[in-house]
Amino acid sequence: MNNPTFTLDGKTIPFTEGQTIIQAAIAASVYIPHLCFNPEFKAHGSCKLCTVKANGRKTASCTAQPQPDMIVESNIQELNDERRALLQMLFVEGNHFCPSCEMSGQCQLQATAYELNMMSPHFDHFFPDRPLDASHPEYLLDFNRCILCSLCVQASRDVDGKNVFALAGRGINSHLIVNASQLAETGFSGDDKAAHVCPVGVILKKRVGFVVPVGQRKYDLLPISALAKGD
Amino acid sequence: MVSQVSTHAGYLDDILARHHHRTNQLLQVLIEAQAHYGYIHTSAIDYLSLQLQLPRAQIEGVASFYSFLYLQPHGDYRVLFSDNITDRMLGNMDLMLSLCKQLWVEPGKISEDGLLFVSTTSCTGMCDQGPALLINNIAINQLTGERINEICVLIRERVPLLEWPAEYFEIADNIRRSDILLGSNFQSGRSLTALLQRGTAETLQQIKVSRLRGRGGAGFSTGMKWELCQAATGREHFVVCNADEGEPGTFKDRVLLNRYADMVFEGMTLCARIIGAKRGFLYLRGEYRYLLEPLLSVLQGRREKNLLGTSILGNNDFNFDIEIHLGAGAYVCGEESALIESLEGHRGTPRNRPPFPVTHGYLNQPTVVNNVETFAATCLIAQNGGAWYAGIGTDTSSGSKILSVSGDCERPGLYEYPFGVTVAQVLSDCGAKDTQAVQISGPSGVCIAAGEFQRRIAFDDIPTAGAFMVFDQSRDMFEVARNFVHFFAHESCGFCTPCRVGTSLLSNMMDKLSQGHGSACDLVEIEKLNLLLQSTSHCGLGHSACNPVLDTIAKFKPAYDIRLTHKEFTPAFDLDSALSQARQMTGRDDAGAHLRECE
Repeated sequence: MNNPTFTLDGKTIPFTEGQTIIQAAIAASVYIPHLCFNPEFKAHGSCKLCTVKANGRKTASCTAQPQPDMIVESNIQELNDERRALLQMLFVEGNHFCPSCEMSGQCQLQATAYELNMMSPHFDHFFPDRPLDASHPEYLLDFNRCILCSLCVQASRDVDGKNVFALAGRGINSHLIVNASQLAETGFSGDDKAAHVCPVGVILKKRVGFVVPVGQRKYDLLPISALAKGD
Repeated sequence: MVSQVSTHAGYLDDILARHHHRTNQLLQVLIEAQAHYGYIHTSAIDYLSLQLQLPRAQIEGVASFYSFLYLQPHGDYRVLFSDNITDRMLGNMDLMLSLCKQLWVEPGKISEDGLLFVSTTSCTGMCDQGPALLINNIAINQLTGERINEICVLIRERVPLLEWPAEYFEIADNIRRSDILLGSNFQSGRSLTALLQRGTAETLQQIKVSRLRGRGGAGFSTGMKWELCQAATGREHFVVCNADEGEPGTFKDRVLLNRYADMVFEGMTLCARIIGAKRGFLYLRGEYRYLLEPLLSVLQGRREKNLLGTSILGNNDFNFDIEIHLGAGAYVCGEESALIESLEGHRGTPRNRPPFPVTHGYLNQPTVVNNVETFAATCLIAQNGGAWYAGIGTDTSSGSKILSVSGDCERPGLYEYPFGVTVAQVLSDCGAKDTQAVQISGPSGVCIAAGEFQRRIAFDDIPTAGAFMVFDQSRDMFEVARNFVHFFAHESCGFCTPCRVGTSLLSNMMDKLSQGHGSACDLVEIEKLNLLLQSTSHCGLGHSACNPVLDTIAKFKPAYDIRLTHKEFTPAFDLDSALSQARQMTGRDDAGAHLRECE
């Protein structure tokens, strides 16, 4: 029996029961911009970059399920304009200095901004004060880049069984915390799944910065849209 | 260190025992821990983490979500001035500054001697008797300069709150117009008896025939909600009463819970019988903490009359009881899925939907969440029948609606009308004069201008959760919108990007206009941001956060135009305000301490 299908920007996409729009799109190698979504984890639904129009109604494609013959629009100017504005919000909310950042070229936030032709931050910067946590011998936490995607929270809780990370605060004061006064006291390890899921550059391995020269990094070679999963 | 832990273990053991060490009770445990100790000490978190087997980061994450919980010392007296626009109109800012000046403290900071903390808080639901404040979470209303002076003396002399004059804490019901609900002569048990006589299937049918729709604002059919929940399969079904009345300008639930609590609980019990629930919760907003003990005694009274508990009215298959959960200062918890998260002891973040609470609610089980007024209305239907109820009001909106009227009028308070009443009628009844605008259903509702006052309160014209704030010709509608925008920024849960960042950007832009640095392109930016919030936010808070600005731009454009002093782009950087710290340090505020702008 054939799977039901929906159309995404005119392309026919098959899907199975329970799949979300973005899961079906990735399975068909079609890229929908996203940041907090990672195919290995339950959708968080917070960044809203993956918003599409499903039968004319806007919805986050990481949580919405397709219906047979649904018309889904994603790569259209209206949505890309909104996505660019959401990216600009994320850039001004934290402290992102791409030119000096060791994640430059391997950061999904930066790569998505290139993809969507973001030329400036547009909004006024918030310049939040977010001290680093360099307590751990192997890893450094630079909260300045956090986009509150919760992937490290999920990975540490659900895969590592450690609960190293959690979100705290509310509204514009939301921030990431660790399960002790500092990372070194948490039992966090480089073998943890949580050490390898950050889509930006909060969780950094020490002493390997700039090992891969700028210009030869993941998104220097291929735009993020060439990788349906984004990663 | 050891003594630190034992200090906290002492009182926490009692609190934990009262809550049976259940992790779902985390928020309740934290509220009680703070009430005992004044704030939540880091060693208290460590101890709770050990006892509840929860990561300390999760406990800190929950505690830091709620405005009324503090992780650092916040003084013996925590004074929070209600900052709804109606409080502003009654002069709350001058009163706060007067208090701060007399007690040598800055707003938002703790006094140097650690005696007190003064700040603002979102609407405390006392708009009919403002300006209002909360002191250690207990409400004081009808503030005047004189009362503030007295309060300063009491604080300075460290008089315990229990010894403060009792009249400070009096709260009036202010019922101005009663109809079928407020005027009903409710007798406990009569609705339940009617239900048992008629049977559950037929009673549900009557609720459907009544065409009752939810009174929290969204207006979903109550009969359909109960029927969907009844049909949903699960380990257990739950009834939840949403008494997190946080919409600025609304206070009807405060009065319903003060005077009609028996009726509200009976409505919940009707629902329990119909959907097959054994447990129910009333989620009471932290601002109404003073109602907790009276509500508990109403519950106890119902148990004694066999209207609650086991074998209700002698039916051994009818068992139901109600617990009261307190909120702690988070408007977003009025959203039903956020409320359920909060009931479960989590951060009040709205869930991804579907699934909806009727199938996956509390503990992922089928749950009915209804407004206080909705539950009370079901008692009337159980007693008088669905057809009677459907005959009142209009075709789309049956029954009555209680409005919380405040602002520029002679008689603020509760007004109950059959649906279909015109705005003009309400304005005339409450003694409003020279009315410029009415904000209906709070900041997330609509702003109605003169010329629209013949419109009606009904789901197909002006739907409302009940707030009705009146503004006369002397009011600046830009400032009204700016107050509401700040409210949404303060209350955004921070989960999704557009609302978390967008509401703060929007407040900053409105402040820029207010400070006289606006230009035409700012207005374009504001409109663009509003549309983004509307189309991409995760929940209703973000979707409606733009309403006040979009409405006032559409209807009161001149209030914005006078602020667009610059035709061309103007940078937000303000030379003069950059010097404010230097002025504060030197104690100067003369003309020479200010920079005149270059023209």
